[in-house]
Amino acid sequence: MTAIINYGVGNLFSLVSSLEKIGNDAIITSDISEIENADRIILPGVGAFEDAAKKLFESGLVPAVKKAAQNGMPILGICLGMQLLFDYSLEYGRHEGLSMIPGKILPIPTDKSLKIPHMGWNVLNFQNGKHPLFKYINDKDYVYFVHSFYAECDDKNIIAKTEYGKELTAAVARENVMGCQFHPEKSSECGLSILRAFCEMKKGDFAQC
Amino acid sequence: MITKLAKRIIPCLDVKDGCVVKGVNFDGLQKITSPVGLAEFYSKSGADELVFYDITASSDGRKLFTDILTETAKNVFIPLTVGGGINAVSDFDRVLKCGADKVSVNSGAIKNPDIIKEAARLYGDQCVVLSVDIKRQNGKFTVFANGGRINTGLDAVEWIKRCVNDGAGEVVVNSIDTDGVKGGFDIEMLKAVSDAVDVPIIASGGAGKIDDFIKLFKALPKVDAGLAASVFHFGEIEIQKLKAEMQKNGIPTRL
Repeated sequence: MTAIINYGVGNLFSLVSSLEKIGNDAIITSDISEIENADRIILPGVGAFEDAAKKLFESGLVPAVKKAAQNGMPILGICLGMQLLFDYSLEYGRHEGLSMIPGKILPIPTDKSLKIPHMGWNVLNFQNGKHPLFKYINDKDYVYFVHSFYAECDDKNIIAKTEYGKELTAAVARENVMGCQFHPEKSSECGLSILRAFCEMKKGDFAQC
Repeated sequence: MITKLAKRIIPCLDVKDGCVVKGVNFDGLQKITSPVGLAEFYSKSGADELVFYDITASSDGRKLFTDILTETAKNVFIPLTVGGGINAVSDFDRVLKCGADKVSVNSGAIKNPDIIKEAARLYGDQCVVLSVDIKRQNGKFTVFANGGRINTGLDAVEWIKRCVNDGAGEVVVNSIDTDGVKGGFDIEMLKAVSDAVDVPIIASGGAGKIDDFIKLFKALPKVDAGLAASVFHFGEIEIQKLKAEMQKNGIPTRL
């Protein structure tokens, strides 16, 4: 069972539908015991970092999520949910994140020839080999992005990049804590395959950190 | 090349009383009138995004539309834009709850320009798509409302700049002059618009053959997507063939 963390941010319709489509039973929850008893956690999110971080901290769910991560439970942050896994964001001021992966969130460098947000289908370039999250897809597959900020972090935690003016972090992993900047629930078969791979992961697949 | 961001190909489905108007008849396939079936078909054929346009007037029809939208969104995992009958922020809420990712507003913004600001604040710029029907009047690009029936007198470039400034994250530019003629996109008008704003531009109106898309993307690198309806629905252009041709011509595309 997959627990989708509900902290009052964003529309979870597509995410729930895509998990149903791949036959995974998911619950939208803000209940600590449901989070503790889940097989894996998805941290969703759209909108502004400051607002989402505030709601997430106020939800009181952060200790449960962090504890689950320490116990080796697979966690996937999606879009802003991925950005929240980092130390802090510089989106309209400095705002603290969950510090589950070292790094920071910065604006995509603006180049007049490229539009912000980075919106549309772009290519995944695998990094550090092929991560288990990508076991059913291929290097250079297209996924759907919508974002104006990106994660800057140690290359060792980057499992895919995409090119938009410069190389941007597209997906990250630090042991059992993973994140993708793009929207797998909107990335057609490729996205569903990533979610399928994630939903096959469970506690104990990773070394405890 | 600094990015491989794909140029998007977007079929537009007119939906009335829960069915696709005209339906679709492909070789070897029976006529598809179910929006769910058609959306799945397009999604599998390589469409990058879908636009659902609600052309129902009655509230019964609107209920059917939201039901069918929900059913489609449960089964199709590419971005879905919904337009038609969007006159208030509550209309944004209604279709977003049914699984739309973006909402396209046209005459509603002309009647009430504040709708763009309000919706952008609530749902983010990326969710708000401005759709504009444009026709030349005495050599000037002019905005028309109510499906192209009413001349608003508004200058198209000024109108689009204002809406983008208010938070429209994307603009569908439909040329009434080239719509239905199948003689190619309105390059001149699209250039004027795409030079004026820095948000994604979706070209609409005039596609008749594969080469029209190639010409569009080659002539106007700032145009991000091409939208069409009947040429896709009647199989005159197959999306996979179109995309293969785009790739041959060096236009980034998701195959």
